[in-house]
Amino acid sequence: MTEETVTREKLWGRPKLRVPIPFSFFCPGCHYGIIVRLICEVLEELGVEGRAIGLAGVGCSFGPFPVSIDIDFTSCPHGRAPAMATAIKRIYPENVVFTVQGDGDLGAIGLGCFMNALIRGEKLTTIFLNNACYGTTGGQMAPTTLMGMKTTTTPEGRDPRTTGFPLHAAELVATMRGVAYSARCTVHSPANFRRARKALKTAFHKQIDGIGYGFVEFLSACPINWRLSPPDCIKFISEKMIAEYPLGEFKNVDVIELPEEWR
Amino acid sequence: MAERLLIDGNEAIARGAIYGDCKYFFGYPITPQNEIPEFMSRELPKIGGVYVQSESEAASVYMVYVGALAGARVMTSTSSPGFSLMQEGISYIAEAEVPAVIVNVMRMGPGIGTGGQHGQTDYRQVTKGGGHGAYHCIVLAPYSSQECFDYMQLAFHLADKYRVLVLVLTDFIIGRMAEVVELRKLGFEPLPEKDWALKGKAFKGGRRRCYVSAAFSYGGVPPRYYQHMAEVYQKIRDTEVRYETYRDEDAVLLLLAYGSSARMAKRAADMARAEGCRVGLFRPVTLWPFPEDALCQAARRVGKVLVVEDSPGELVEDVKFAVQGKVPVHLLGIWGRYTPQGDIMTGGSGIIYPEKILQEIRGLI
Repeated sequence: MTEETVTREKLWGRPKLRVPIPFSFFCPGCHYGIIVRLICEVLEELGVEGRAIGLAGVGCSFGPFPVSIDIDFTSCPHGRAPAMATAIKRIYPENVVFTVQGDGDLGAIGLGCFMNALIRGEKLTTIFLNNACYGTTGGQMAPTTLMGMKTTTTPEGRDPRTTGFPLHAAELVATMRGVAYSARCTVHSPANFRRARKALKTAFHKQIDGIGYGFVEFLSACPINWRLSPPDCIKFISEKMIAEYPLGEFKNVDVIELPEEWR
Repeated sequence: MAERLLIDGNEAIARGAIYGDCKYFFGYPITPQNEIPEFMSRELPKIGGVYVQSESEAASVYMVYVGALAGARVMTSTSSPGFSLMQEGISYIAEAEVPAVIVNVMRMGPGIGTGGQHGQTDYRQVTKGGGHGAYHCIVLAPYSSQECFDYMQLAFHLADKYRVLVLVLTDFIIGRMAEVVELRKLGFEPLPEKDWALKGKAFKGGRRRCYVSAAFSYGGVPPRYYQHMAEVYQKIRDTEVRYETYRDEDAVLLLLAYGSSARMAKRAADMARAEGCRVGLFRPVTLWPFPEDALCQAARRVGKVLVVEDSPGELVEDVKFAVQGKVPVHLLGIWGRYTPQGDIMTGGSGIIYPEKILQEIRGLI
């Protein structure tokens, strides 16, 4: 790994694309603010802020992400961001189009939309925020909720016999032929933050280079709904979340293989 | 002279859209409108456009929504059950005030209805809005292939002019009936630039657009949004009401119909005239805004109204509202169909023939 020069500005400074807002949209200890910063940094590094278009799904990303990142941005109805991103990308292929979606948005109400964008092999980037619950509505069970995890709609803990098993989005995405990149990351430590930045940059590159779909899943803390302190959330991620959702790249290709007659 | 082609209403819709500078179509197959997406999938790539087959109507409506938000002329087409699936997205399009066009080629009935049968049973949903949030869409109801072709151009113009969704409402008969169409490009007044479009801030002088919801767009005060929309809707009511009258000057009975029913009614009016019965026709072209004032005047002058619609009675509600109880309003609804077999499996779909309307006219005069 190349050495990074850590300057005071880099550590405490605000990325150029981060809109200065005098308060935080997010709960104390939530990782979404870090992910907003990460997106800003990556778009700046890639130099695509002028042609970037973001689409935020319903959930805690709905208003805060569009407002916080200084690019063209729209919120989307629940689960429809991949369909909407498809339309923009097809109309303006030169733009860099990405969606930001939570686990209810992508994994439940919008799974059909998302899977069909993958099936069509769209040249898009999706940032999937997995905090194992419905954050905005008060912590109900999501498709990503861990087995045994207590939520407001699984008061005795998620029972796989009645509510099934956690959705492994990054692994699922990697099985789709139109996908060029799929990875799972966290931002719960500086080292992981750096790895996440690299992953996100790679995912955007797959779109910019016209290769295929780029997907990055973030395991993200939700202290209020997990009923845990921010430090305990970090512990929960490193011990419980990663045990269920292993980190790493599940697919990274520079060419989408085509049958001979289509090459 | 412009080229003339023998085409059905569906193809006329598709060709009209392309003449209206629409290059992007997002759709999902459903009978009886499949000729539209099929034509678009064939023709749009030839002119640098894009056809995307979505995974459902619920997805295609959002593709249309954001395509419009991105400033492009975009459309989709569907039929009744698919139109129901689009209601959520239509509500969002209304909220975001983006200009788009959706075509509904009606088939009969609620639920799955009938793919192969004609009907006009979406009037209330299309004109009153099936989605949430008290919005309006302009509704154009062509009754010939030529009007399908022309009104698609008009639809895109009106959508851009007022930043609203324009619905073009046809039905199975209009969609699948072939007529000669003159391929003429209509001229309209110039439109303002779409400086609000979402296409990357570098393409707008570095000024970014962030759209979250209408509540945020009007300082977080919902009444201001509704006040603004009320002004837009009033302007549309004042300027865009369209209707056609036929032989109504000396009439003693006024027929009232739109779409394919208006064709039957027009023929029935001629047949009645041949018998010496003075019958006229009033045909609303914009179903929203509904030509209330013009209809009220015409109905009061004539004195008696017969509504003909291939539905259990939806248009008739607007007519009764327009005439304010001052004129008797009669209805010849879907039960007026001639059904030779009387049963759907043996092909007895039926339509309301002009002869049936004439019979009704004789009873009323």
